[in-house]
Amino acid sequence: MSLPAHGHKPARAPVYAFVGNPNCGKSTLFNALTGLKQKIGNYPGVTVERKIGTAYSQHGQPMTVIDLPGAYSLAARSPDEAVTRDVLLGRRTNDTEMPDRIVCIVDGSNLERNLYLVHQILDLGRPMILVINMMDLVESAGLKIRISRLEQELGIPVIPAQASRGKGHIELKVAMSRADLPLPKHRWDVPAAIAPAAAELQASLQDHDQKPPLIARAEALLLLTDLNPVRVAGSQQLSARTAAILEHWKRQWHDEGTDWSGTLVGARYDAIGKLAEQTVESSARVTDQSTSDKIDAVVTHGLWGWVTLGAIMTALFLSIFTLAEHPMNWIDAGTVVLADGIKGLMSPGDLRDLITDGVIAGVGGIVIFLPQILILFFFIGLLESTGYMARAAFIMDRLMGKVGLNGKSFIPLLSSYACAIPGIMATRTIEDPKDRLVTILVAPFMSCSARLPVYLLMIAALLPPGETSLFIRVGLMILMYALGTIGAFGFAWLFKRTLLRGEPPLMIMELPPYRVPRIKDVSLQMAERGGIFLRRAGTIILAISIVLWGLTTYPKSGDDVRPGEQVAQSYAGQAGHLIEPLIKPLGFNWEIGIGLISSFAAREVFVSATSIVFNVEEDDEDTAPLLEALRQATWPDGRPLFTPLVCLTLMIFYVFAMQCVSTLAVVKRETNSWRWPLFQVGYQTGFAWLICLVVYQTGTALGF
Amino acid sequence: MAETIALSQLSTGAAAELVSFPLNGSAFLRLREMGMLPGTSITLMRVAPLGDPIEIKVRGYNLTLRKSEADHIQVRPIATP
Repeated sequence: MSLPAHGHKPARAPVYAFVGNPNCGKSTLFNALTGLKQKIGNYPGVTVERKIGTAYSQHGQPMTVIDLPGAYSLAARSPDEAVTRDVLLGRRTNDTEMPDRIVCIVDGSNLERNLYLVHQILDLGRPMILVINMMDLVESAGLKIRISRLEQELGIPVIPAQASRGKGHIELKVAMSRADLPLPKHRWDVPAAIAPAAAELQASLQDHDQKPPLIARAEALLLLTDLNPVRVAGSQQLSARTAAILEHWKRQWHDEGTDWSGTLVGARYDAIGKLAEQTVESSARVTDQSTSDKIDAVVTHGLWGWVTLGAIMTALFLSIFTLAEHPMNWIDAGTVVLADGIKGLMSPGDLRDLITDGVIAGVGGIVIFLPQILILFFFIGLLESTGYMARAAFIMDRLMGKVGLNGKSFIPLLSSYACAIPGIMATRTIEDPKDRLVTILVAPFMSCSARLPVYLLMIAALLPPGETSLFIRVGLMILMYALGTIGAFGFAWLFKRTLLRGEPPLMIMELPPYRVPRIKDVSLQMAERGGIFLRRAGTIILAISIVLWGLTTYPKSGDDVRPGEQVAQSYAGQAGHLIEPLIKPLGFNWEIGIGLISSFAAREVFVSATSIVFNVEEDDEDTAPLLEALRQATWPDGRPLFTPLVCLTLMIFYVFAMQCVSTLAVVKRETNSWRWPLFQVGYQTGFAWLICLVVYQTGTALGF
Repeated sequence: MAETIALSQLSTGAAAELVSFPLNGSAFLRLREMGMLPGTSITLMRVAPLGDPIEIKVRGYNLTLRKSEADHIQVRPIATP
């Protein structure tokens, strides 16, 4: 492997990498340059978003642009940062080309810390462009950056920009179009204490690990930054020789008391300090109270902080349930119209039923949640881009810390009250892989909106007819939400202590300045995430819908039987009978079993499935006939089936059991294996069974 | 010259100069890479409503860390005029 030759016009489109700290405006710039010409997916093997787009040079030539995940350092600490490091060091060439040229984006108002990553990237000695973003904030902070001096010092094009207002885009494009992008002048002295070690490691990395010289140097310096060489090496194990050299030096430094890592980091900051001294003028004394600090004084206040958090969350849930209502009705009506249309066009038969009752009804049952999911994605994007997300994590960290998580798990778990899918997809902001996995594992315990129809039906069935005790209704509802929440936190606590033990979570997090969100970027992100959900879950939902339809339709029992009898002796009915011994200790019979099996499509399907089983004409507006049927349902020996205790047990089952195929599909995507979604089915449903057994048996023994 | 104290002992709004870090622990490497080095000045902006974590201003930006880390970072308070 060799470094791409610089200066020559490559035959293929040149590959650019956009690199920068989180919150530096990198993605805004990437969106502006590539427009909608983006390919979004995952890096193979990890769940880190891979965004590659095409921009066009001044001369209309295509240029490939990779938007690398935000990173603070090449000494990677999270899967995101590891991807950035690996792409830049050419370690992922089997899936992502090594970039020919690098565009570093920095937040000008926070230059020193942003330049740390740039300083590491300069080590790579590849053609580079530096974009100083947020120039408006630089001005308002009373700073002046001498761009030409910076260009002189670094030897590369430096472009001032304000990406959110479109300033600097053209200049960047012109620079990217240059055939002869210069190599950086990167003169800095590795501190004397560790220079010999760096040289020795570099030589060994070249000879024994087959690294090209500049990459070897950069890797040697990373090995001398991070305390953990395994983390630096990533998937590429160090050769025995290199590891031995490193070990030798570390032992020597340990005996001498040399803080080698601190020395190296310090030397970089010294070099950056000198550079800043030469290029940044401060005309006014920087005031300690910026606008963000003033907002934070309220938003993270001991009282007003909670009020703000409460208000934002209330607004979020109100908009999910009110704004989504109309689109949901349209989708509902749309599926009915579509199904009716097909019924009119096709002659009656199994194929027609498969399309209308299987595919359209099944997929429609999930797509109906799409408006809620999109609104949630939009809100999460809004909270991220304004900077409030970090504040919510700051406020909630102490509480989340009690179960071993950190504040970043709060928003994903909260979102799961509406739907676990956006919640699970929002866990990507959690850097620690174990914390992230624990959050994913417990998120489905939060009562999502698909459980609501089941709760409502069961509460109505549980209470004696006629009597409407609002207090008990509301109390039962709150109980269900509380049970799920306690379950989530309890299992998070348990997992962090057993299965997914890790280092105590850190809360080293930047609180970025508040920004006015860019609706365009937020909408684009919402559409992307919605598309991922539909693509991922869509195929599985389609398959499950067809299977479930087949299970309730075959074997046929003749044309003149009632739907309920047809279902009773279908495969689904047989399956219901088959699992009856398993669920009988919970007070459920085979008819309820059919409802439980059907719920794998979506939990709310329980309502329509029981309507069919009990031969009730389905009616969304009025559940009274269904309730009447439930009250008259009996065991073969005449005992009533839906006793209040059974209704309660059933609700509790729905709180804990993993029954949602869409969630499983998304968990599969987010954890990259079937192992964790299958584990969720096992542990959640197992726990649900156990707790229902206790509740029902205790209740029965007490005479309920 | 003022005594050194743990960063977690600093009072809200007070400024200090960073003195020393423990040599081990990957949390501290990241804090260094974020620009917290001996000699860097730090202001304690606020403590979260529930008492943890804390928010500091360093090199012009805001950073949070937990008290469990701040306990091990020694700082020297700078007398405010």
